[in-house]
Amino acid sequence: MKSLKSLGFAAALAAMTLGGASFAQGPAATPATASPTATATTPDSGQAPATATAAPTAAPAPAAAEPTATAAPAASKVPEFNKPEPGIGQPTEAISLQPQVTDIGLFAQKFDTALIWVISVISLFVLGLLAWVAVRYNRRANPTPSRTSHNTIIEIVWTVAPVLILLCIAVPSIKLLARQYSTPKADLTVKVIGHQWYWSYQYPDNGDFEVVSNILTDAQDKAKGEPRQLGVDARMVVPVNSVIKIITTSDDVIHSFAVPAFWTKMDAVPGRLNETWFKVNRTGLYYGQCSELCGARHGYMPIAVDVVTKEQFAQWVAANGGTMPGAAKSKSSDATANSPISNPSATTANPEPGAGASTTATENSTAAATPASQSATN
Amino acid sequence: MTDTTADAHFFEHGGDAHGHHHDADHKPAFFARWFMSTNHKDIGTLYLIFAITAGIIGGAISGMMRLELEHPGIQYLTGWAHMWGQPAGNDAALHLWNVLITAHGLIMVFFMVMPAMIGGFGNWFVPIMIGAPDMAFPRMNNVSFWLIIPAFLLLLGSTFVPGGTGNGAGTGWTVYAPLSTSGSAGPAVDMAILALHLAGASSILGAVNFITTIFNMRAPGMTLHKMPLFVWSVLVTAFLLLLALPVLAAAITMLLTDRNFGTTFFDASGGGDPILYQHLFWFFGHPEVYIMILPGFGMISHIIATFSKKPVFGYLGMAYAMVAIGVVGFVVWAHHMYTTGLDVNTKMYFTAATMVIAVPTGIKIFSWIATMWGGSITFKTPMMWAIGFIFMFTVGGVTGVVLSNGGIDNYYQDTYYVVAHFHYVLSLGAVFSLFAGFYYWFPKMSGKMYSELFGHLHFWGFFIGVNVLFFPMHFLGRQGMPRRYPDYPDAFGYWNHIATIGYMIMAASMVIFFANILYAFIAGKKAPANPWGEGATTLEWTLPSPPPYHQFETLPVIEGGDHH
Repeated sequence: MKSLKSLGFAAALAAMTLGGASFAQGPAATPATASPTATATTPDSGQAPATATAAPTAAPAPAAAEPTATAAPAASKVPEFNKPEPGIGQPTEAISLQPQVTDIGLFAQKFDTALIWVISVISLFVLGLLAWVAVRYNRRANPTPSRTSHNTIIEIVWTVAPVLILLCIAVPSIKLLARQYSTPKADLTVKVIGHQWYWSYQYPDNGDFEVVSNILTDAQDKAKGEPRQLGVDARMVVPVNSVIKIITTSDDVIHSFAVPAFWTKMDAVPGRLNETWFKVNRTGLYYGQCSELCGARHGYMPIAVDVVTKEQFAQWVAANGGTMPGAAKSKSSDATANSPISNPSATTANPEPGAGASTTATENSTAAATPASQSATN
Repeated sequence: MTDTTADAHFFEHGGDAHGHHHDADHKPAFFARWFMSTNHKDIGTLYLIFAITAGIIGGAISGMMRLELEHPGIQYLTGWAHMWGQPAGNDAALHLWNVLITAHGLIMVFFMVMPAMIGGFGNWFVPIMIGAPDMAFPRMNNVSFWLIIPAFLLLLGSTFVPGGTGNGAGTGWTVYAPLSTSGSAGPAVDMAILALHLAGASSILGAVNFITTIFNMRAPGMTLHKMPLFVWSVLVTAFLLLLALPVLAAAITMLLTDRNFGTTFFDASGGGDPILYQHLFWFFGHPEVYIMILPGFGMISHIIATFSKKPVFGYLGMAYAMVAIGVVGFVVWAHHMYTTGLDVNTKMYFTAATMVIAVPTGIKIFSWIATMWGGSITFKTPMMWAIGFIFMFTVGGVTGVVLSNGGIDNYYQDTYYVVAHFHYVLSLGAVFSLFAGFYYWFPKMSGKMYSELFGHLHFWGFFIGVNVLFFPMHFLGRQGMPRRYPDYPDAFGYWNHIATIGYMIMAASMVIFFANILYAFIAGKKAPANPWGEGATTLEWTLPSPPPYHQFETLPVIEGGDHH
């Protein structure tokens, strides 16, 4: 732990000097390819991110090879597709919820709106009663107090009425829970791993490459037009209108993967694999932030989910040296399958430490099939 | 009461030495009186002084946090970290933030609200209200108080020693593993845990004392169903303490051994489970929130009845609503853990169980209003706080109903919506009841009247301040702002700025509060035995203000069918 901390600390210092005067946010130095043997899931080791040669901080303009290039996938630029949209997928000064882009979110948002009406009416009712007694039963208006201290009927009424209101709330509430927990057949599984203090995303269905996602500095956010504190150097990318199964875990302390626009929040607990899912209805860029206190830079490990078309997703997978499930098995010379992978469970190596710095390969490419086997190493 | 034969002998001999021990108002000398106290009123006063001191520290910490949060970006933390002697670097500055949130939470919960409610007002008024001369175990009472001092010093001291990425315990008041175990090297977290151990032992001793006192030392004729509601509330609270705190003690002891002796209770790599810690913590933690509010419920009942000149409406319903809240409070803990990966049935159960709590709470709210209904209300300062309490607690309660929904909570968990919710029930609930009780009983405790004008100014300043401070947090939470962040996306800046303005209004009102206390002691009118008139019917108002050093050497007899 000590060594990790000092290394992380050094990285932060380095980032500060690189990033200029602004307050350095997180380990801007992106860990490059970890040793393929590192599973990066042992709670105490935490070595993976530190072994990297300090890669350049997500410079937005690496030498751009065509994503379709066949030979050297790692040299290709990992594309980013959607631009941040004010008012969607990121906070505003509004008092409403963030606009929802999943069916679950839309359902829950309606329920939440109904709840606001219910609680507002109750609160105003209580306020009204208080105002009434203050006006009607103050000392001047009512000099002689009554001695009433019991009224069985009214006591029954104010016991039963809340019960009925709560029953009306409970029905949609239980329905919402049931829907959240009935995962449709997944089109894609992404393993989300929390680290102190960044996220990594593994794509076991696509050759099990890993995307390491670090916060951008304020200057980088500004340059890229991303909201401060939310921009990352490598986004999690998923296809639109697809059921995405999310498996969360952590390799150190508890983090929480949260994307408000999806109505999704799931803790990433070391030694556990938590599962949730979402299906996003529209393309776009959606931000979230770590939602469980995880140490010093808890506020500096944002989540950015780029929801793209299926074609764009294939393109992005290829740029990361991964494979699309159908394509990989049959032909490897295909434009999208640009790594010589004939067996989806084989290790995809992405040895280039340079431009495509945000991708690493891990050995656990069978994680999709047997997530439990990975949990054993946690 | 507690004298064994040997003790009685001791007092006979001791009595010869200073001959005046039959005098009810004979007070020991300063050191013996305040440092070796066995007098429930003196210990209550000590608790109140302690709670106010801790409240000033905890409130100052929240001021630091509001200052830092006023604008996006990090403005102050780096400088404060430097001043505090933190190691250099950004992580230490950010660690200081976590130390602040941790200290604020722990201080306000364990060293402000609990000592004030139970140690302060409970000690002062439970024996008097049941017509007893003192607590059942006066010396244990003293131990309770003097355990909380080293506990507080340990917590404050922990901020000077390493706690991982910087000095101090930066784990949050929940001290979740593994952040609190493998994630926080250094002695700070150990010290914080020991602080909780001592504070917990103090509370357990206090709980034993209250339960014994209330069950065994009621005046003749005071049956349980004639007991004042504040005594009921302290009785229920004492049971919650007695049942919940040992679970906390077990959980944090396991943290200690995980940290220092190589056990792996909460470490998955050794077969443990971090989520187990959360179950244990919240099995304590949820009753804890009722521990913080139930005595307030009791005080509010007295104050509403007193200033409405009416007996409490639905006395039995009020008493058993508190019992119900206490019982149900033990079976809802996992609603704090909706996003930890609970399975769907568990989440459905905890959703339903949590909603049930709204029913007895609703009974209390409506019974208070019904107490005022038909009354002849005077709006003295305590009554203002009590009415403010009812409304603000309602607002905090209904957002609690929103959060009780496991499916909805996926959005709100760990956002400022939760922060707004629990500050409405604590900072605007528990603290309002504390101020209500303080103004209500201040003339009784001190023998001096405070200024009604200052009291009203304090109320309105505080009321407006905390609402401006905490209501915008609902909006921040609805836009997804996570808790425990020292910096945030710029879009959150607007409402954070408003919240900080609210803090300043609140802080200004606190100046009026302290000025009022000062005024009362310097120039306040002498308080009569019963300054509140016919509505104040409990036994403390039958005694002079302040009460004699020993009261009820002849036990009062409670007659008739009336109760408070």
